[in-house]
Amino acid sequence: MENTFVDIIHKYTWAEVQASILSKTERDVLHALQKQGKRNLEDFKALISPAAQPHLEEMAKLSNLLTKQRFGNTMQLFIPMYLSNECKNICTYCGFSLDNPIKRTTLNDTQILNEVKVIKAMGYEHILLVTGEDTKYVGVDYIDHAIQLTRNHFAQISMEVQPLEQNEYERLVASGLHSVLVYQETYHQDKYKTHHPKGKKSNFNYRLETPDRLGKAGVHKIGLGVLIGLEDWRTDSFFCALHLDYLEKTYWKTKYSLSFPRLRPYLDKQGNLLEPFVNMSDRELVQLICAYRIFNQELELSLSTREHAKFRDNVHKLGITSMSAGSKTNPGGYAEAPESLEQFEISDERSPQEIAKMLQKNGYEPVWKDWDLVLE
Amino acid sequence: MGVETGIINMLKIANKEFSSRLFTGTGKFSSSKLMEEALLSSSSELVTVALKRVDINNDSDDILKHLKHPQFNLLPNTSGVRTAKEAVFAAQMAREALETDWLKLEIHPDPKYLLPDPYESLKATEELAKLGFIILPYIHADPVLCKLLENAGAAAVMPLGAPIGSNKGLKTRDFLEIIIEQSKVPVIVDAGIGAPSHASEAMEMGADAVLVNTAIAVSENPVKMAEAFKLAVQAGRMAFEAKLAKPIKHAEASSPLTAFLDN
Repeated sequence: MENTFVDIIHKYTWAEVQASILSKTERDVLHALQKQGKRNLEDFKALISPAAQPHLEEMAKLSNLLTKQRFGNTMQLFIPMYLSNECKNICTYCGFSLDNPIKRTTLNDTQILNEVKVIKAMGYEHILLVTGEDTKYVGVDYIDHAIQLTRNHFAQISMEVQPLEQNEYERLVASGLHSVLVYQETYHQDKYKTHHPKGKKSNFNYRLETPDRLGKAGVHKIGLGVLIGLEDWRTDSFFCALHLDYLEKTYWKTKYSLSFPRLRPYLDKQGNLLEPFVNMSDRELVQLICAYRIFNQELELSLSTREHAKFRDNVHKLGITSMSAGSKTNPGGYAEAPESLEQFEISDERSPQEIAKMLQKNGYEPVWKDWDLVLE
Repeated sequence: MGVETGIINMLKIANKEFSSRLFTGTGKFSSSKLMEEALLSSSSELVTVALKRVDINNDSDDILKHLKHPQFNLLPNTSGVRTAKEAVFAAQMAREALETDWLKLEIHPDPKYLLPDPYESLKATEELAKLGFIILPYIHADPVLCKLLENAGAAAVMPLGAPIGSNKGLKTRDFLEIIIEQSKVPVIVDAGIGAPSHASEAMEMGADAVLVNTAIAVSENPVKMAEAFKLAVQAGRMAFEAKLAKPIKHAEASSPLTAFLDN
């Protein structure tokens, strides 16, 4: 009996998985597409393989159909609120990396409530609280306090912060926390260390076991993902699907969501514009989104403002169930300090109302509220 | 049960009579306006709303605003709760804000298939009955559980036909037949009804009502589909009331097999 996902991932090697995906044939793809009932991880490999590329239109049609059947003609909307850019980690791709000489801020109560006011005026009921990792400024006490401050203003509170202990998650759930996003970034253990050379985040296994701790703590929803652009996205996505498959069976009372953060060109500390290590084309991202949907009809799939407007206007119909809009990725970005440095540049700068209108025009009802604290 | 008026008998649940035996859900529509039009076209008189989707304390909530028609009785549901304790708390909040004792009890600790927890549902029904709620629990097509819920004070039972949202029809048919045979409270087939023919089938079988959501909301033309369900439910119920003949599975013996006893 496995105790955590670490016991599972060790049964696989990166090279074997990669070779297995690349060896999938058109026959495997057709088998996966035409299958009645549930698809398995081998089907998922076929759907993300290069052999599936000529079948993208079929995949998109099936993905659209399966999504509509499960989620209806609706789209959930949420928005991130950055609380702090303090961080003791070095992540080679991140604007808030410790070695990046930027002005550091952590919002105080008044500043948080000012942000809340602006976000509420946009119509939001679902907020995602975001911080870097620095126990001195944004430890569990600070996060707990932020949740208590915001809980009466929003129907649903999610967070994306450093990995915590099970008892800390339990404490935050009791304060009103609904879901937690924690992306592994890459499942390639050796390369993980290269991308995260310093800080607590450099501990691969501790991060990998975070969803296990979340499941045990009874969090309602766990968000998984790979930072696309670090390593081969196909192999990384297989490991992420394997992770999901394990978690669904182990923590069956938890809901799961998946995101597709695609690394964009970024500035290093010398101010040079750098390209991602691995490029993923728009076609490939569509393939991945559809593959997840065909593999798992019940999974929530999320698309952020990292992607540009034209792409979002079309891709939201192909399996996506939640979107952010009007996002700022700097602490105080809504009310306090709109001009400060963002974690990453967003591509779709349209307001939430513009996004809502676009969705309605496409026959989708924007859903602002899909949780209520009376259900806790 | 009920008195004969119009084309089908009225259905009575607790203290309320319904002339429509089609209950509807409010999720998955592409807009609240379209939902309103479809529900009006369905002639439904009992409409379930998820507490998680509406702001129960806000009178101008977009969904609630579109349900302000005298024929629509609201049936708040507890979708999202995982335990009896959470359900009882949510029910009390709903009653206070929406001013109704009616409650569709949904307790599904499994967010993937939204399958109901029998143990927690029974526990919650016992507690809510003591608090005076009119409880319609959404549960598996489990005949024993249905009797236990009836004894605990449920006003009706809502066994599922197939996994929710699956459109698969009456996959639990054999168990539904037993539930209908044994139940002293109305039986409403909920979940899995994907086509008007499925609804007719449930009504012909003797179900007191059906609840439909996905099949209407996700169709190309929800208004038309809602009417199709309305007609199918009426047709099925009429056939039941007219004592639908059972299909004959074998040839009739040409001479009576017991004729020899007369000689």
